[in-house]
Amino acid sequence: MNLIGFAVVLASLAPVHLAGQGAKPYSPPRMPDGHPDLQGTYDLATLTPLERPAGARAALSAEEVAKLEGAVAARVQAGNLPSKGDRPAPPKGGDGSTGAAGNVGGYNIFWLDPGSAYTIVNGERRTSLIVDPADGKVPQLTPAAKQRFAALLSRPTSDATQSDDPGLETAPGAYDDPERRPLGERCLLGFGSTSGPPVLPNYFYNNLHKIVQTPTAVMILTEMVHDARIVRMNQPHLPKTIRRWMGDSVGQWDGDTLVVDTTNFTEHTRFRGSSENLHVVERFTRVDERTLLYRFTIEDPTTWERPWTGEYAWPATDERIYEYACHEANYALENVLRGARRREADAAQKP
Amino acid sequence: MSVPKGKRTLDEVHMANLTRTLATSVAAGAIGAVLAVLATAVSGQAPAYRAPRLADGRPDFNGIWQALNEANYDIEVHMARPAMALRAGPYGPLPAAPVLALGAVGAVPPGRGVVEGGEIPYRPEALAKKKQHQENWLTSDPEIKCYLPGVPRATYMPHPFQILQSTTSIFIAYQYAGAVRDIYLKDPGPPPVDSWMGQSVGRWDGETLVVDVTGFNDQTWFDRSGNFHSDALHVVERYTRVSADVISYEATIEDPKVFTRPWKMTMPLYRRQESGAQLLDFKCVEFVEELMYGQFRKTPLAR
Repeated sequence: MNLIGFAVVLASLAPVHLAGQGAKPYSPPRMPDGHPDLQGTYDLATLTPLERPAGARAALSAEEVAKLEGAVAARVQAGNLPSKGDRPAPPKGGDGSTGAAGNVGGYNIFWLDPGSAYTIVNGERRTSLIVDPADGKVPQLTPAAKQRFAALLSRPTSDATQSDDPGLETAPGAYDDPERRPLGERCLLGFGSTSGPPVLPNYFYNNLHKIVQTPTAVMILTEMVHDARIVRMNQPHLPKTIRRWMGDSVGQWDGDTLVVDTTNFTEHTRFRGSSENLHVVERFTRVDERTLLYRFTIEDPTTWERPWTGEYAWPATDERIYEYACHEANYALENVLRGARRREADAAQKP
Repeated sequence: MSVPKGKRTLDEVHMANLTRTLATSVAAGAIGAVLAVLATAVSGQAPAYRAPRLADGRPDFNGIWQALNEANYDIEVHMARPAMALRAGPYGPLPAAPVLALGAVGAVPPGRGVVEGGEIPYRPEALAKKKQHQENWLTSDPEIKCYLPGVPRATYMPHPFQILQSTTSIFIAYQYAGAVRDIYLKDPGPPPVDSWMGQSVGRWDGETLVVDVTGFNDQTWFDRSGNFHSDALHVVERYTRVSADVISYEATIEDPKVFTRPWKMTMPLYRRQESGAQLLDFKCVEFVEELMYGQFRKTPLAR
């Protein structure tokens, strides 16, 4: 143990990452047990969507990146300009557009942090997180899953956003009970599968994650809803009778890559409509001083025709994660339900 | 070890140095400190236990721990009572109607308390408020609504918690409500905003991990008996490993808006030793939805 530690110290003192030379593989800083040190706080916000937009190539050219990222930066800058104060009030009942906050507008840009850059993997600016299948799309649902999906379309899944999920708002009974509201709205998990697994950017805000690593456990904190997923190293999975919101995660090292295997999800989690058989394998690799490469493979033969894999960079940040006390100030859920009851009462009054 | 004649062993050198240091210190008037050192060295009362170390030489607190006491019911010394919520009966207090059905399961177990000196030094008006809390327990205890527990209550909730410690990070994950604390090892300055779990800054005092916690809101309680604090709360926790499976835990409570002087809780924390011990999900948010929002269902259930 001590000898190993000593060797590791020597190794970590060796010069690392000779930029530009490319010949020498990157040697990450190491923990006393010899494994790479994956610890840090990471900002997962990115412009790269999960699925590749129609017609796009897998990677963007430098010119395309400059144009797309520049447009986003310009929009943010314009949104943050002081308002001129010459706008009339929104029309009574909203402007007719769909979306949160009663069609009168939600957050302004100041509050949002949906990402400012496309994720870079192997030097490429990617147009989708998904790399397998090669078309960058989630594979087809199995016929059984399609049937199940149709029946449960209006039931929130762990990747659902607050309200713009297709079918969520208009489905019969969407406002009848708290259980019908998205998990994020109920403060049970962050929306957009931000807690995962798979851990995805939510393209909205609060995309920070923190990793603390010990020889027997790796903790991955999700900023949103303060969910700490504790990966037990070199342990068997829980019995199938114990189901967990973020599944049961066990880890092992494959060389310098941390491999996390997660099963035992609850029937409520339902990532993109998956079943309880969802199986997620994540691979965490430190690729430079400030970046982890995060790779995930999704497998659920009762849901998709084939497994699928995505990857994206987790850039380190010096930002701090503040308390995300969601439930403690959740006036929204109560008011969403009360509003629905009021609407029904008003409708019943009409002759 | 064989030592050439005329040469001193390392121990002897250290001893001589220590004696010189002592002499100098006494001369400088640091008598108290020296007496303490001597007392420890001579009486042998210093904790004999030496905790396993991390690579940086610090005691290793990694593991799953839990308090084993009745503090979450009432941190002060208390006898058993019929229920948390009481009403007057013909011959003394009886369980209040909403908790009657729980029978013996709803009774409060007795406890010697964890408050050093036995009693909390409330200011008079604060004591009145505590009693009010107790009388309105069902509608006021933040635990009933699954709110974050605050500090030090998180420590003695009847749930395990896990300390994750590396040489660069210390993090505590609590099973209850999935509460978390990042113990900063570098003071980031005053907390920018009040929070339920406060801002924790850790430092080492020899064998002891000292955590200074500030930046609390005034929404958490210390127990189910209405003991409370204001947003001026300042907690200093001391974690010391005293054996392979026990941490000695102290929390000094300072809050001049509520108490006449600082006071202290002390308790042992025990390692969860069963094989496969781990934190599981206690997302009680889900469990209080019916209580908090059930009346707004389209078809409310009978209450």
